[in-house]
Amino acid sequence: MPSRGSSVDSAANPPEKSREERLHRRLPRQTLRSYGMLLALVVLWAIFAFATGGIFITTRNFSNLIRQTAVTGVLAVGMVMVIIAGEIDLSVGSLVGLSGMAAVMVQTVWHWGILPSVLTGVFVGLAVGLVQGWLTAWARVPSFIVTLGGLLAWRGAAQGISSGSTFPIRVESFRAIGQGYLSATAGIVLAAIGVAALIWSVLFRNRARRRHGLAPWSGTGLTLRIIGPSVLTVAFVAALNAYAGVPIPVLILVVIALAGAFVTQNTRFGRHLYAIGGNSEAAKLSGINLRSQVLIAFCILGALSGVAGIIYTARVGSAGPDAGTLLELDAIAACVIGGASLMGGRGTVFGACLGALFMASLDNGMSLKDIPDFIQNIVKGGILVAAVGLDMLGRRRS
Amino acid sequence: MARHGSIDIRHAAVVGAMNPTSSAGVSLLSMRDICKEFPGVRALDGVTLDLREGEIHALVGENGAGKSTLMKILGGVYPQHQFEGEIRVSDEVKRFKGVRDSEKTGIAVVFQELSLVPELTVGENIFLGREPGSLGVINWNALYARAATLLRELNLDIDPRTKVSGLGMGQQQLVEIAKALSQDARILVLDEPTAALTDTEAEVLFGVLADLRKRGIGIVYVSHRLAEVFRLSDRVTVLRDGKSIVTAATDSLNQQQVIARMVGREISQMFPVVRRAPAEVVLEVKHLSAVDDAVRGRPSLTDVSFSARRGEVLGIAGLMGAGRTELLLSLFGAFPGKVTGEILVGGKPARIASPADAIDLGIGFVTEDRKRSGLVLNQSILFNMTLAALPRLSDWFATDELREIAASRPLFDSLQIKAASLFTAAGTLSGGTQQKVVLAKWLLNKPRVLLLDEPTHGIDIGARQEVYSTIAKLAESGVAVVMVSSELPEVLGLSDRILVLHEGRVSGRFTRDDGTPEAIMACATGTDRHA
Repeated sequence: MPSRGSSVDSAANPPEKSREERLHRRLPRQTLRSYGMLLALVVLWAIFAFATGGIFITTRNFSNLIRQTAVTGVLAVGMVMVIIAGEIDLSVGSLVGLSGMAAVMVQTVWHWGILPSVLTGVFVGLAVGLVQGWLTAWARVPSFIVTLGGLLAWRGAAQGISSGSTFPIRVESFRAIGQGYLSATAGIVLAAIGVAALIWSVLFRNRARRRHGLAPWSGTGLTLRIIGPSVLTVAFVAALNAYAGVPIPVLILVVIALAGAFVTQNTRFGRHLYAIGGNSEAAKLSGINLRSQVLIAFCILGALSGVAGIIYTARVGSAGPDAGTLLELDAIAACVIGGASLMGGRGTVFGACLGALFMASLDNGMSLKDIPDFIQNIVKGGILVAAVGLDMLGRRRS
Repeated sequence: MARHGSIDIRHAAVVGAMNPTSSAGVSLLSMRDICKEFPGVRALDGVTLDLREGEIHALVGENGAGKSTLMKILGGVYPQHQFEGEIRVSDEVKRFKGVRDSEKTGIAVVFQELSLVPELTVGENIFLGREPGSLGVINWNALYARAATLLRELNLDIDPRTKVSGLGMGQQQLVEIAKALSQDARILVLDEPTAALTDTEAEVLFGVLADLRKRGIGIVYVSHRLAEVFRLSDRVTVLRDGKSIVTAATDSLNQQQVIARMVGREISQMFPVVRRAPAEVVLEVKHLSAVDDAVRGRPSLTDVSFSARRGEVLGIAGLMGAGRTELLLSLFGAFPGKVTGEILVGGKPARIASPADAIDLGIGFVTEDRKRSGLVLNQSILFNMTLAALPRLSDWFATDELREIAASRPLFDSLQIKAASLFTAAGTLSGGTQQKVVLAKWLLNKPRVLLLDEPTHGIDIGARQEVYSTIAKLAESGVAVVMVSSELPEVLGLSDRILVLHEGRVSGRFTRDDGTPEAIMACATGTDRHA
């Protein structure tokens, strides 16, 4: 078959000059969205500050608010991974109750110390995550069903172990996990370490850009990248120090959120989650082992539910049969308000944490105004639906 | 429009004059000058089709000739404002706003993908949306009694109370037809009705169609199985490149003539000059068979053997359902059923149980449906390009975005991917650009074997040329390219050797020199063997 062809290469256009510049600029939408989220939070705070005559923005209340965010925040970090992969976990509230109960029971029955009892709580969460992840990924039971079953079963287990009664914490140091504060000095030292690590990573990335033949950041770009987050870190610690220091649960949340952000943005596993949730068929044909990645996501969420259970128990001072009820809904709402899609493929740890802060702010502000519980619930439900509705509206327009 | 109108009147007059009384000649349907454009593609270009009472009218053509598009227009899937031309039913101009309008006129289209609800019973499916009863309460006795009558009229031994999921493909097809008749359809359109049927099931279908013809129903029979067309149809219309090439009494043609009209296209000059020297065999397939238990009927592949060399393009031709995609899926470890036989990569027996295995062996797979199985649409070009190459672009488990950018940019530039940046979302790109991103994704892995499934499916002419030159360059650089394509010019223009599949078996082997469109089409339709 004769094929007289014209070589297409000769028609190749010379690469445009501006292309090099545009090549590395991200689409602004994602960024805009997180600014919108921050703006909504600032507006909410302004409203509460006004409505409570300034009580809402006292350092004492700020410390409280941040501490209240810790449990939902830790859950949201794990939940957002499962949601990105296109799955859901409804059992985390019950799991918070069960793991907290387990941690207190080993203190009560076997007189275990702080470390073994913490490990017990985390291990219970991890084991449950493993079972639920296996049922979802291997036995192909939809995660909604698996974890709906879990919601009932783990709550039942917690009630069974405790025979319906509440057990106080036996190890006094355990309380510090939920109620303690870092000393002002420790807070300052950590802030300094944080800022140093930030400067190092920005400079390191800038060097790497040069090594890979990409244009390094300009002087102002470099400064902004360092100054912005540094100021925020220092201000955050200063505000908390002005009351009693950085609460320990907040420190735990910050560490977990940073680790979660790294895992979702900078690891293969994280990339796989987005691919699986975005298009599982394409992910499979790209050589990704769907089952193992989904299983890992459930294990991470399980372990984090254990951590959240310990913080929760330590804050309350005892483990009750109904501890953590409905927390799963707060965690899911936090992810969704933070931009995650229940269809999978979208969501960030940063957004989920902001969402958790938003939910905690609603709780905190409305409680300060003595708004009855039932109204609080109605408002929270309405805001959740409105947030997603607005997002969908904006998406359709663009 | 005025010009078209006058032609129509003249035509109608001629038809009327020729057959004023004979019922077998009364025009049921006439489609005139139908044109339909998709972005970048003119799918239909002045197609004309008419159908008489009691006639089986076959519509044949290569994949992509426009058959399905035409059927969708007739079925009201594309409403009137989305295409040009005129549809007359019993000499009355009809403008369909949707599927309902088409159904009301007495047209029933049975698409290849059946539209039955598997978990409902046969009776429920037949009357879906039109359940007999009052005030929304279903009269089950009436429903099943009427369903039973309908099935009896078709001489079918099916209990209307069985679930559709419990029936074979053939019976499901017949239930679709029963459903169509329950709506008093006078025009029945069947799109590749035998594609998924066994021979016995097909025989039952043919019997039913012969009965319907006697009852005066007009049937448009879309198929590329010429044997069936010649056995069943009264007249045949050949479509090619969106144009109706010929309409003639089936007896007045033979299979060779129909094939010639199906493929009679000039090989366009868009294929790059080839100076390749194929080297050693990198991929060897011996006695490959594949069976998917979820699909009843014959196995997807039976005893397929072939080899592909470094630096050559092996084209795989065949009609829809011949097992081409299944072959690629089997080679890539992604076939859902059971695969037997031997695959050697680089001379060594390879165990390919998953896409990950295939990728590790240096195999890449560009799927036919980019949106469904190729791309994560809400993610960036960079994300998609690096998805299959992450283990090679990262240390241990942490990814390194800068390294990914550095690795992706040369391909982004050399393939001339038309996008603002590497961070543009894949879903916002045109079809051709998306295809280049999928190609780039596999090229990043420096594959030894690249499997391509319909690499130019749904992309415009300009982007096609670029895809062709990329494929040619890949082969020159030493990759073994295995390309499935429905477009014969593409297969003939690009391939060094050609393998033809028919019903899961190899029915022809050609080289660039001895392959002709007619010979390949003859093997693809099962008319001839050249193996």
